[in-house]
Amino acid sequence: MIRFEHVNKVYPTRFGDRVVLDDISFTLERGEKLGVMGRNGAGKSTLIRLVSGAENPTSGLIEQNMSVSWPLAFGGAFQTALTGQDNVRFISRIYKQDFHKNLAFVEEFSELGTYLGEPVRSYSSGMRARLAFAISMIIEFDCYLIDEISAVGDVRFHEKCEIELFERRVDRAMLIVSHDLYYVKAHCQRFAVLHRGHMKFFDDFDAAHQVHLDAMHVEDYQFPDS
Amino acid sequence: MPQLGAIGRSAAIQGRVIHALLMREILTRYGRHNIGFLWIFVEPMIFTTGVTTIWALTGAAHGSTLPIVAFALTGYSSVLLWRNMPARCIHAIEPNLSLMYHRNVRAVDIFLARLLLEAGGATISFMTLSLFYIYIGWLEPPNDLLEVIGGWLLLGWFGAALAIFLGALSEKSELVEKVWHPASYLTFPLSGAAFMVDALPTRVQPLALYIPMVNGVEIVREGYFGHLVKAHYDLPYMLICCLGISFAALVQLRDVARHITPE
Repeated sequence: MIRFEHVNKVYPTRFGDRVVLDDISFTLERGEKLGVMGRNGAGKSTLIRLVSGAENPTSGLIEQNMSVSWPLAFGGAFQTALTGQDNVRFISRIYKQDFHKNLAFVEEFSELGTYLGEPVRSYSSGMRARLAFAISMIIEFDCYLIDEISAVGDVRFHEKCEIELFERRVDRAMLIVSHDLYYVKAHCQRFAVLHRGHMKFFDDFDAAHQVHLDAMHVEDYQFPDS
Repeated sequence: MPQLGAIGRSAAIQGRVIHALLMREILTRYGRHNIGFLWIFVEPMIFTTGVTTIWALTGAAHGSTLPIVAFALTGYSSVLLWRNMPARCIHAIEPNLSLMYHRNVRAVDIFLARLLLEAGGATISFMTLSLFYIYIGWLEPPNDLLEVIGGWLLLGWFGAALAIFLGALSEKSELVEKVWHPASYLTFPLSGAAFMVDALPTRVQPLALYIPMVNGVEIVREGYFGHLVKAHYDLPYMLICCLGISFAALVQLRDVARHITPE
């Protein structure tokens, strides 16, 4: 379970403090899949960072008793001067995993072949995404954070990701952030719309979708009951 | 003892993380080309040898009867120890921000990995050169090895605390880097590397001991040369300095860690 209780996140800017998340409370249970929609800059990625623990809330409480992944297919943690193999070794060390077993899996999944011995710097963005996703799959988490995964890679890569994530790990919790609303609809049972720091929850996709569209198109839109 | 168990588990995780960061750092900095990780201590060795040679050739006035090689080795090695650690820790967090997505990696681990690498390099360089000079007969073995180690550890503590303090502070203000560069060069002649306190005018001696590094270098030299030198140092003052800076470092680190924002 992950529980947010009255969580606020404020970033200081040159024009004063900007409230990105305003009094957010919710619970994500084991195995539950929550899809979060919202326009650019609504705070989706901030939400992901708070859940992942990479950042602390300005105020409020975040409680969790599940292990939480880093944002999937997130390649930012690569040391690009190092090879794909070195990066696998680094992650294996941090999470105390068997390096050789992991390397075998990454080789098989990423289909990078001999490129694994080359510096990540020389990879194309598709190759990086494949490596990042493969590395994300070597550690087993109770909850996976998925931030715009459908934006990278080709069809074959997407198919493999589908199998790894939604077939093999159907019992895990997931927090999915995407602009691809069909992706969200296909994989989540619960939905939320982020708008102006507020977060509204729905059990029904169509209701969430409508609010999301209104938030995007109606000027000065505000949630009905907030 | 459930608490002890929890602390043990946390220590094991932190040890693992620091090890992983250390190996990553070594590979990133030195790669697998030519002599690879040996650069960790070959680099400071070249530095020290160069300075030793220049001082020996120019017959630098150091105001004591010590052989110049012994004087330069102890002096310059000490400088490398306390000066390189802050240099490596300033702006160390920013390029590693994305590692914060791994829950067990914390700002302090990034600092500790770099400190281990720098302190390790300086120490191995000091030891290797000492053994070499002793072997070829330019240097007598240390008079009191434990005192050398004690002085070295004090200098290391001072450098490490200063490094974390400046490293954390540099995340808040870019001035730190700008100021540290000239400051580290300007304090070099004041640090005791190039003089013994005993050679200073009597009136200046107490002032020199206000510089923490001077105390550390004097202890190292007393350990090395015993009665050949008359060392001046204020151990309680040095300890209080180290404790004070350590405290300030932890306060800054805590504050910075709380406000970390990865991309």
